[in-house]
Amino acid sequence: MTPSKGASVVIVGGGVTGLSAGWQLARAGCDVVVVDKGVIGYEASSRNGGGASHYHSPLFAEEQRMWPLMDELLGYPTEYRRERVIVALTDAQLTHYHYMAAMFNELGYTAEHLDVKQALEMAPLVSDRILGGIHLKFGGQANPQRTVQAYGWAMQDHGGRLLQNAQVSGFETAGGKVTAVVTSRGTLGCDALVIAAGPQTEGLAAQLGAFAPMAPARAEMIVTEPAPLMPIGGVDGNGLYGRQTLRGNLAYGGGPHEWIEVGEAGPSARPTTPLMRNLARRVAELLPKAEHLRVIRSWAGVIETTPDGRPILDRLKAPDNVVLASMSGVGFGLSPASGHAICDLVLEGRCTFTDIDKFGIDRFADLPADWRLSRGWTPVSGPV
Amino acid sequence: MSAVDPHALNGKLPRPERTVEVLVIGAGPAGTAAAIAAAKLGAQVLLVDENPVSAGLMGLDTPLYFGGRMTSAVQRQARMIEQVFAANPDLETAMELGVEIALATCAWGAFVNGPGVGTLPEPMVGLADEDRAWLVGFKSLILATGARDIALSFPGWDQPGVMGANGLAALLDRYDAFAGRRIVILGSGDLALDTARRALARGLDVVAIVEALDEIQGAPDRVETLKNQGVEFLTGQVIHRALGGLDGVERVEIGPVGGPVRTLDCDTVCLAIGLAPAIELLNVLGGALTMDPGRGGHVPVVTDAVRTSLVHVYVSGDAAGLAGAGEAGIARAAAQGEAAARAALGAAFEPAAPAPSIDAIAYQLAWTRALMSVGSDAVMVCQCEEVTRGDLLGVQPPRYLDRPERLAARDIHSLTADGPVNQDQIKRLTRACMGACQARRCREQVALILTAATQSPAGAIPLAGFRAPVRPLPLKVLADWGEAAEMGAGWDVWFGIPEQWIPYRDIGTERAAMHIAILGGDMHL
Ligand SMILES: Cc1cc2nc3c(=O)[nH]c(=O)nc-3n(C[C@H](O)[C@H](O)[C@H](O)COP(=O)(O)OP(=O)(O)OC[C@H]3O[C@@H](n4cnc5c(N)ncnc54)[C@H](O)[C@@H]3O)c2cc1C
Ligand SMILES: Cc1cc2nc3c(=O)[nH]c(=O)nc-3n(C[C@H](O)[C@H](O)[C@H](O)COP(=O)(O)OP(=O)(O)OC[C@H]3O[C@@H](n4cnc5c(N)ncnc54)[C@H](O)[C@@H]3O)c2cc1C
Repeated sequence: MTPSKGASVVIVGGGVTGLSAGWQLARAGCDVVVVDKGVIGYEASSRNGGGASHYHSPLFAEEQRMWPLMDELLGYPTEYRRERVIVALTDAQLTHYHYMAAMFNELGYTAEHLDVKQALEMAPLVSDRILGGIHLKFGGQANPQRTVQAYGWAMQDHGGRLLQNAQVSGFETAGGKVTAVVTSRGTLGCDALVIAAGPQTEGLAAQLGAFAPMAPARAEMIVTEPAPLMPIGGVDGNGLYGRQTLRGNLAYGGGPHEWIEVGEAGPSARPTTPLMRNLARRVAELLPKAEHLRVIRSWAGVIETTPDGRPILDRLKAPDNVVLASMSGVGFGLSPASGHAICDLVLEGRCTFTDIDKFGIDRFADLPADWRLSRGWTPVSGPV
Repeated sequence: MSAVDPHALNGKLPRPERTVEVLVIGAGPAGTAAAIAAAKLGAQVLLVDENPVSAGLMGLDTPLYFGGRMTSAVQRQARMIEQVFAANPDLETAMELGVEIALATCAWGAFVNGPGVGTLPEPMVGLADEDRAWLVGFKSLILATGARDIALSFPGWDQPGVMGANGLAALLDRYDAFAGRRIVILGSGDLALDTARRALARGLDVVAIVEALDEIQGAPDRVETLKNQGVEFLTGQVIHRALGGLDGVERVEIGPVGGPVRTLDCDTVCLAIGLAPAIELLNVLGGALTMDPGRGGHVPVVTDAVRTSLVHVYVSGDAAGLAGAGEAGIARAAAQGEAAARAALGAAFEPAAPAPSIDAIAYQLAWTRALMSVGSDAVMVCQCEEVTRGDLLGVQPPRYLDRPERLAARDIHSLTADGPVNQDQIKRLTRACMGACQARRCREQVALILTAATQSPAGAIPLAGFRAPVRPLPLKVLADWGEAAEMGAGWDVWFGIPEQWIPYRDIGTERAAMHIAILGGDMHL
């Protein structure tokens, strides 16, 4: 066992949320260590769609400010690309997307209607049977796997540390504060603690007497061999989200998720299912000029979702040196800003650049204990 | 009170088109014997094999490393089907016993409920031919998927004419469609000697057998026989370069690591340094695997030689751990196939005697080290994604991305300072193993190169996981065009939690209700 040294701030969880926070804390001169049970980014943070257009979030303006600067700030490539196109194959979808565009514009994020010709220019693989679409002149997409590592490396470049393959099992407290974090590779003393452990955040928070309800679920994606690059790589529609990588691969997900249980050690498997056939069908319908492309992989990731689908970004009242951070299923795109907010919560006790008060755990005070059951957010176990 | 989440997968995955009692994947010696034994016990059996594979897939070195050395005969599917039957007379016996045989059909996935998934209506396998994909359920599944070729890179390996021992064997025996004439064989173990024997028997020239180590590895009597047939053995030597033209390899340079080299004319370089048990489907299923160099590398955890960690799933032949080369290997694979079928059906069986143990990984590593000493950092490791040795060990991103200054300070050694080597992590950063051949040409060699470069113990690098579809399948083939209504009914882009998408400022206001009413879910972001 390698002896480990504590830090001023210990962050549990080396996904995008914890690493972005670690990077920004290190950049602010803080002595910080990010602890992960495995390799950084091995869970949802490297298994997602890379979408970064979360207009609804109070963190979005900051996200928009930061993403275009990220390669520069981090010093490593993230493959960030701006803008998205959403195309409609039915009238109902077109109406839906036009409502979305109106809402975006009202919030100050420009979205324009596209006719068929315009949409095909931006996304030539799209079906010519579309009825139109919208063009988000904001938002975008990046490569999750590269971004996770970039955060980690950039944090190290600023003096932060990574402790991988160390599972956090509990905490030591004294005088109303967490004083140390117990890991499988030793106990780390700390002045402040951030728990950004994805689906395990709930269980770890519970050890500190905090109720941070969340349900884990498995979601699947598929990826094809490369296609010629489209002018805009973020092309959605037909029930799918996805992106074209800079290499040309088409990576798509969407559709039903499966509620699961994960223990303290996290998921022991992340299998995919024949759902990949339903995804393949929808991709072939959306992008018929790519229907001959071969699917070369599928994967699944585990996502934590809170009862209202909104993040938990909260500094606890007691112990008062603890920040809980979970982005409830849409944490990749917002990560530049969530890290900033967490950094603020640790250093200032509040978010300095936007209001995030509605993300506190107080909102769950009256949640019935059987909330998952009452929504059907519970696993099934079929025949073996 | 329990409710139903209309957007969850529960109950939506379709039942398979049908369910068979015994499903055997792979119609080599092991799978064929399994099918025959199961049929003799009165079981209903479906025997699936991907051969003949389409010329297009062969060009992608799928499923074996064919190295572009097939004749145009492989374009003619009907002739190929006849040929595959002719090459394995036991298939006819199986048919006579009532075994249903699906050739030119691949198993691209296999699915059972277990950790992380509980929504499958029953255990099933995904099958596909050229036109469509479908699902077949099983009571028992016997994986007799054989072994894959292991490729190792050297200067000039990325051209037609460089191929694997199993690819060559398939072109010679299963397809009768090998386009080469003069072969240089790399490796001198039983696999290599058997390759030479079979090539000579087909009237081909075996120009030389090259061994990086100082000693010939295979059985002395076989070596003697080959020497008497005029085969030259070059020990303590490696391939420095393959040179060629439009049609690929024309000659190779062979010599000790430090030189000098000698040029040999040939049209084919056959990598016969090792095979990897084909564990793709078991890995996809979540079956337990272990690294056992004595059985060929990453192999299934077995009890009674044929039972996997998954109830109802059995393995046999090379897929269970290399069965050994030559007639003895074939006999052992067949015996295991029979044992697997009997085990599946609850009949008494004798576990076949294990194959002689080999230290496969140490041998592959020795070769890897030798090959890494010739050629520069510019040697391509991943052909699909054009990742060189230098890129791999520098943990550098693909060429279409900038390589800023700070990246130059990062490499495999800085990465291992943070924790043990993880091949999946390196794949994500470099794209090595991310290509259309599904890492068939570079999965093992990336692990070996990383092992050599970081001086990790042999076999210590965890398996880079396999994911369905384990054969590259066109979107339109994989697609479920007959999708049931339930699947579409609750389909939402992302979870279908409308509250999630309400602009923050509208939370708790009247506008929230309006957004929920009009938008619902289906947000693409
Ligand atoms: C298929 C899929 C598609 C998605 N698409 C998008 C998208 O397009 N856009 C978007 O913004 N988001 C998307 N998401 C969601 C996004 O990936 C997550 O919201 C985000 O990655 C969460 O990051 P995180 O760091 O909070 O959590 P995680 O990535 O889950 O990281 C938590 C980390 O904590 C570690 N950990 C847990 N417990 C412990 C412990 N006890 N001790 C030590 N370490 C521990 C884990 O190992 C893990 O590395 C998608 C997710 C999936 C699965
Ligand atoms: C030099 C050399 C010569 C050989 N000569 C012969 C010979 O003359 N006769 C002979 O019978 N064997 C020959 N072989 C093959 C080898 O000896 C035997 O195949 C071996 O003993 C193992 O048998 P097996 O049944 O386990 O695997 P294999 O014979 O490799 O059979 C596995 C089969 O499963 C198929 N398969 C794998 N995965 C899938 C999937 N997902 N979907 C569908 N199909 C799949 C493979 O394509 C293959 O047909 C030769 C091999 C070599 C290297």
